[in-house]
Amino acid sequence: MLGAYLPILVLVVIACLFGLGSVVFSSLIGQKKPSKVKLQPYECGCEPVGTARERFSIKFYLIAMLFILFDIEAVFLYPWAVLFKRLGTFGLIEMGVFIVILFVGYVYVWKKGALEWE
Amino acid sequence: METLILGLPVAYYIAMVAKVLVAFVFVLLTVAYATYAERKIIGHMQVRLGPMRTGWHGLLQPIADGVKLFFKEEIIPSEASKFAFLVAPLVALIPAFISFAVIPFGAPVSIGGYTVPMQIAAYYDQAGQQIFDINVGVLYILAMAGLGVYGIVLAGWSSNSKYSLLGGLRSAAQMVSYELAAGLAIVSVFMLSESLSLHKIVADQAGGIWNWYAFKQPLACVIFFICSIAEINRTPFDLPEAETELVSGFCTEYSSMKYAMFFMAEYANMVTVCAVTTTLFLGGWHGPFLPGWMWFIAKVYALIFLCMWIRATYPRYRYDQLMRLGWKVFLPLTLLNVVATGIVATLVK
Repeated sequence: MLGAYLPILVLVVIACLFGLGSVVFSSLIGQKKPSKVKLQPYECGCEPVGTARERFSIKFYLIAMLFILFDIEAVFLYPWAVLFKRLGTFGLIEMGVFIVILFVGYVYVWKKGALEWE
Repeated sequence: METLILGLPVAYYIAMVAKVLVAFVFVLLTVAYATYAERKIIGHMQVRLGPMRTGWHGLLQPIADGVKLFFKEEIIPSEASKFAFLVAPLVALIPAFISFAVIPFGAPVSIGGYTVPMQIAAYYDQAGQQIFDINVGVLYILAMAGLGVYGIVLAGWSSNSKYSLLGGLRSAAQMVSYELAAGLAIVSVFMLSESLSLHKIVADQAGGIWNWYAFKQPLACVIFFICSIAEINRTPFDLPEAETELVSGFCTEYSSMKYAMFFMAEYANMVTVCAVTTTLFLGGWHGPFLPGWMWFIAKVYALIFLCMWIRATYPRYRYDQLMRLGWKVFLPLTLLNVVATGIVATLVK
């Protein structure tokens, strides 16, 4: 079984070599004429205002949090789906209860307005 | 008795390296020429000619672009977090190029007495009876797709530019949202195939077009493909780039080969997504008359063409529309699809 993972390791090594190689090669042969203005962050030609390390919308954290919750629930569905036919009616009812609970949480999140973007 | 290394014959290792190299070069060439095909196809759809100057009908354009990008100046902004800035393109590129390892791309072939499965991460047992591949192949692909997000977030954050930060954040939120819907959409496929091994899923769809999961699970197929397009940030879901408002978003500050790597990652992801859709829903490499690998390539290229067609046809989504589609439409639909599949399968049995 582990033998099947070895080719992936080979592929990872080749992909790393390809990626590193092209970055190093291009930085070796590319021209280099840095200037202070050129190295400033791009802001459509104007003088950069302030820093980019600012606070940003809490919405993104919320989405990340919801993603983790729902993704874990999706992961629980995978082994069930694989064994679904062997578990029979019992498995179906069991997972029906699980999905209903998941759905109640989903409706709560929706009603609380966590999925709204203005 | 032949020599064995770690319980496998030497020929296995030769076949493995050959397969890896051939597949890698093939994906690389497909990526290069997908950029050309995209410009040409969209050009003709908009009654333009597309690239015409380099070579016959612009056929050398990808090579010219590559050479140009190699010679471009490498700019590292003085404000940037240098290490993360340099690592981000690699983090985006490498998962994109390794996720096709588990996809079966043809019927097994016999070479010199050995049967070689046309799948990188797979081998036959010594009796040549049964294929062993990674039994969690789909999870591996989902994991690699998840890793791709890091590259884009790192790039957006480490550039220390406002456009990049916004592009990176948008992208992260979009990719995880649609990853969720895509992951739930394929649950109903596993319920039919009873396996996460892609070899098994393809074998289940053998014997004719009516066995394809696209016809047994049409809703899952459509949702998975749309979510995949959103996950790889292609039009109409290309908000992370959004040239007109974010001036290319997370890769604003990138130049030369590092910029090209984000683009190669995007196109490689497109190839992978089309290959996964082919494998899960369109019968994989199965097809009449022609050898399996030809069918596989034909199906993947047809889906890539579809992606380009979609890009030429639809305008970009607004961000709130995008999030609404992912969370309020696809997510409940996929859950309902799982429940419906469960009930129907139990009743039919």
